[in-house]
Amino acid sequence: MIYLDNSATTKPFPEVVDSFVTVATKYFGNPSSLHELGMKAERLLTQAREQIAAALGVKPNEIIFTSGGTEANNFAIKGVALQYRHRGNHIITTAIEHPSVSEPCQQLEQLGFEVTYLPVNENGIVTVEEVKKALRDDTILVSIMHVNNEVGSIQPVEEIGALLARYPKTIFHVDRVQGISKVPLDMKKARIDLCTMSAHKFHGLRGAGILYVRQGIQLSPLLAGGGQEMQFRSGTENVPAIVAMAKALRMSLEKYDKQIDYLLEVKQAWFNELKTIPSIQINTPFADSAPHIINFSLNGIKPEVFVHELEKRDIFVSTTSACSSKKKTPSKTLLAMGADDKRAESGIRISLSFENTLEEIPTAIAAMKEAIEKLREVTR
Amino acid sequence: MNRIYLDHAATSPVHPDVVKCMIPLMSEVFGNPSSIHFFGRQSRQAVDEARAVVAASLGAKESEIIFTSGGTEADNIALIGTAMANRHRGRHIITSMIEHHAVLRACQYLEKQGFEVTYLPVDEQGNVSPADVKAALRDDTILVSIMFANNEVGVLQPIREIGELLKDHQAYFHTDAVQAYGLVPIRVNDYHIDLLSVSAHKINGPKGIGALYARETVKLSPLFYGGEQERKRRAGTENVAGIVGFAKAVEIAQETMSDKQQEYRLLRETMLSIFAESGISYAVNGSEDRCLPHIVNVAFPGTNVESMLVNLDLAGIAASSGSACTAGSIDPSHVLVAMFGKKSERIRSSVRFSFGLGNTKEQIAKAATETVKIVKRLTTK
Ligand SMILES: Cc1ncc(COP(=O)(O)O)c(C=O)c1O
Ligand SMILES: Cc1ncc(COP(=O)(O)O)c(C=O)c1O
Repeated sequence: MIYLDNSATTKPFPEVVDSFVTVATKYFGNPSSLHELGMKAERLLTQAREQIAAALGVKPNEIIFTSGGTEANNFAIKGVALQYRHRGNHIITTAIEHPSVSEPCQQLEQLGFEVTYLPVNENGIVTVEEVKKALRDDTILVSIMHVNNEVGSIQPVEEIGALLARYPKTIFHVDRVQGISKVPLDMKKARIDLCTMSAHKFHGLRGAGILYVRQGIQLSPLLAGGGQEMQFRSGTENVPAIVAMAKALRMSLEKYDKQIDYLLEVKQAWFNELKTIPSIQINTPFADSAPHIINFSLNGIKPEVFVHELEKRDIFVSTTSACSSKKKTPSKTLLAMGADDKRAESGIRISLSFENTLEEIPTAIAAMKEAIEKLREVTR
Repeated sequence: MNRIYLDHAATSPVHPDVVKCMIPLMSEVFGNPSSIHFFGRQSRQAVDEARAVVAASLGAKESEIIFTSGGTEADNIALIGTAMANRHRGRHIITSMIEHHAVLRACQYLEKQGFEVTYLPVDEQGNVSPADVKAALRDDTILVSIMFANNEVGVLQPIREIGELLKDHQAYFHTDAVQAYGLVPIRVNDYHIDLLSVSAHKINGPKGIGALYARETVKLSPLFYGGEQERKRRAGTENVAGIVGFAKAVEIAQETMSDKQQEYRLLRETMLSIFAESGISYAVNGSEDRCLPHIVNVAFPGTNVESMLVNLDLAGIAASSGSACTAGSIDPSHVLVAMFGKKSERIRSSVRFSFGLGNTKEQIAKAATETVKIVKRLTTK
């Protein structure tokens, strides 16, 4: 099997599953309980928070645990908007955000907020100039993703952070779900105020995510109740999945240190090979993209059919992002990059992890060529 | 020391079969249910099967089950989601003073958004009165939220009567069944329930997963926007292993329900008869005829709850002051205050014991005996 859909979800590391099982069975207490078992669970939670904070170069009390990336994005965007609406009602984001950012923005528009969706260039990148042009006195939030989930383009987050340093009333949110452990980012240096991460994209488990909330930022709660997570997020903490996430993050960052050069080689090899297939148009900008996402369009072949054809050969890829893979709408990222409808409707995404190898490539490429050949005959 | 865990209402140990069935979904069938390939389809199927189990346990349709990250999220969607989607029909909400904070804080949030909330009182037994609900109902009431059973004193609320009363009113009927689910039979249609919250970790399932039942006809606006998961009512990549573990816990709970009821009643009697024989003074909080079998909330006059809990913990017994969810602090319980008033001594001297998986009669006898010793020590001057 060759699994090339790591941006949809990753396979949890075996050690991560082990630590989940251990915590779930042995340390099942509720961290809010005052007895021994509760305090043990609380200690595990604190440790996980400290480990994650250290790995990210931030303070433990700046780490808020959520149920995943979608919750963290909704919380960040609506939390800022509702908390700071007295300051202004303008929000800036891009045309290529994940739906868990763009849809809350649309919801806010219905509530009377004004949202600017910045365009991107042909490489799928928003420029600092565009952000600067859009900024107003009443801009309360700028939300820009780090790495785009469909094509892998890297956004100039540090430069935008430097620009926003001159706008102290504007809060800067970054969706780092695809970037974490693949593309380094110094959150303090980039002056990020809020940052989203999700465990299942770095070999952790579904059901745990992180919102980094810089000290001093207030957010209107999305989930009200018992006041867990320093009053930011109520609900009994998913301690086993959180402990497992801390482990997954540590392991993923270690893999980055040891294997990033290899992953870049794998990416290069994929590009080289894909370029030899005439009916493929590569959408991912090689130079300005993350090491793990390669998007291409297939001239005249339905992408779902291609996915199924490859699956028969035990190779797993996806049609753009998993969340929208059932819709037959053109990819909004590709459209924003200037692709025509046909190209934007036929996007295929390969997404790698540190587990993928150079050896897989010839097999996968051969299978892709076969699949293309077969589907061409069918449509001919 | 052999510890005795009597805090199952705060959270419960995961059933071994639950963990077992989750492991393959983490290490093998790890796909994203939205992916159209094999891994995705397998995960999707696992989620569909789990949904059928949860739906059947409530007598609901599969399409009426929304998986959430837990009870708190389910309560928040039930309150905030329906209020926001139905504000054109009215702005009045009815709830009770003894709800879990997930409901009460969501109500406070709604008050800030311009909704009006009536908080119904309870009697000394911890019962909400259907007559009070009726009296509070207005033409512009859009939602009534009354918990199925209280988490601190275990009192079962008159859900059937309230459901009957609301049958012909526009207001939706939400019930927080987080504590009752799995211990008493619940049929949403018999009780005319429109929305109902449950949480897996209270029934020996995993943490981080729960569900909201929302009747087909209920309009609600999501809290999480994004992907199209859960029929667009709750975005976010599905926690497949959690969902499957939850469904397993539901299956086990349904199968063992009547055994558990008997077993916990016996444990309850064992505990209370030791208290009775010991000569200490004590009083059970909450109606004893209409209560969940596994929750016993007892006042020990002359003691104070902090020192009771510390001493119990030292003796290896894990109990609680009521809601664990009031993160970390022992504020006087809002439930006991609603029952007995702010000045009552009971609100400072009550301990909640809650039974569950793994507890034996011997354990309860030992815990009760230790409790008696501690009470005697703390009350002799
Ligand atoms: C860029 C990006 N943001 C947010 C999310 C949502 O994260 P989650 O699946 O944890 O809800 C995803 C993944 O689906 C993503 O790729
Ligand atoms: C009655 C009741 N409702 C809601 C909740 C919250 O559920 P969860 O811990 O799954 O968020 C709890 C438990 O804490 C509860 O006892």
